Amino acid sequence: MDIPYTVEVRRDTGLTNGKIGIWLFLASEVMLFGALFASYILIRTGAPSWPRGDTILNVPLATVNTIVLITSSVTMVMAWASLMRHRFGTFRIYMGTTILLGCVFLVIKYFEYSHKFHDGLYPGTNNFLALYFTLTGLHMLHVFGGMVVNAYFLGPGAKLWKTNPVWFTNRVENSGLFWHFVDLVWIFLFPTLYLL
Amino acid sequence: MTSDHAAGVASEHATGITSDHAADIDRHVKIYISVFVALMVLTIVTVAISRFHLPVPIAVAVALLVATIKGSLVACYFMHLISEKKLILAVLVLTAVFFVALLTLPAVTHSNGYWIH
Repeated sequence: MDIPYTVEVRRDTGLTNGKIGIWLFLASEVMLFGALFASYILIRTGAPSWPRGDTILNVPLATVNTIVLITSSVTMVMAWASLMRHRFGTFRIYMGTTILLGCVFLVIKYFEYSHKFHDGLYPGTNNFLALYFTLTGLHMLHVFGGMVVNAYFLGPGAKLWKTNPVWFTNRVENSGLFWHFVDLVWIFLFPTLYLL
Repeated sequence: MTSDHAAGVASEHATGITSDHAADIDRHVKIYISVFVALMVLTIVTVAISRFHLPVPIAVAVALLVATIKGSLVACYFMHLISEKKLILAVLVLTAVFFVALLTLPAVTHSNGYWIH
């Protein structure tokens, strides 16, 4: 059975099912990260003292990672725009770049983490590090998840372009919405953990 | 952005790919590039401000302001919220209400001293 409303919009919602689905999912994600940000506020305001992020964490590396993730958001949206222009070759280049930038982000994060472990700094060391590892860890899982979905659309999932290009374009748009959300979360995580 | 353009984008989303909207996409791409530049500049700004070691309340306010501007740019343009259907905006408004409650509730209980004493 075919999934309904992947190409044409439902008259009552004015949207494809995929679009409303991804937004409802992102709404639940807002609450998930919101709970962790609330924990951050509660733990920080309840602490007698709090370290500035830059005394523990590596700000230059995180700044590079911010730039990497923002750039990957642009390549993601360009991948979608390429499909809208019927340029499949260009789509592949932008999508490939988006995944590659995701890899760069994770590699930099790996170096950050291993440096912390090397210095004997673990999630159990103090509240700051507990929040740091939980928030960035969950965020990294999201980056990884987004990369898997994007890799699917670059690889086996791209077959759909030949049979139903509009559906494929909508799928890439939805995958992009998730990717931009991951970028958006990092935009808030970066100053919260590293700069304040 | 004009309402004409917004309507164009909306219909584009509704019908998917149509070559008639190629010019619209070209305009989108220009916007994406501008947003990209703005995000880069704001990233540098927020890092630069943090080097001044402002008092914590001011530093938090400034960092949150810059992050909110950056986040809004991503949501409005990369995620197309600026031209999105009302239903999605309604879902997000509802989410925002609960999100704010989630963030302020612990802060309120804390200011009563309930949690620390």
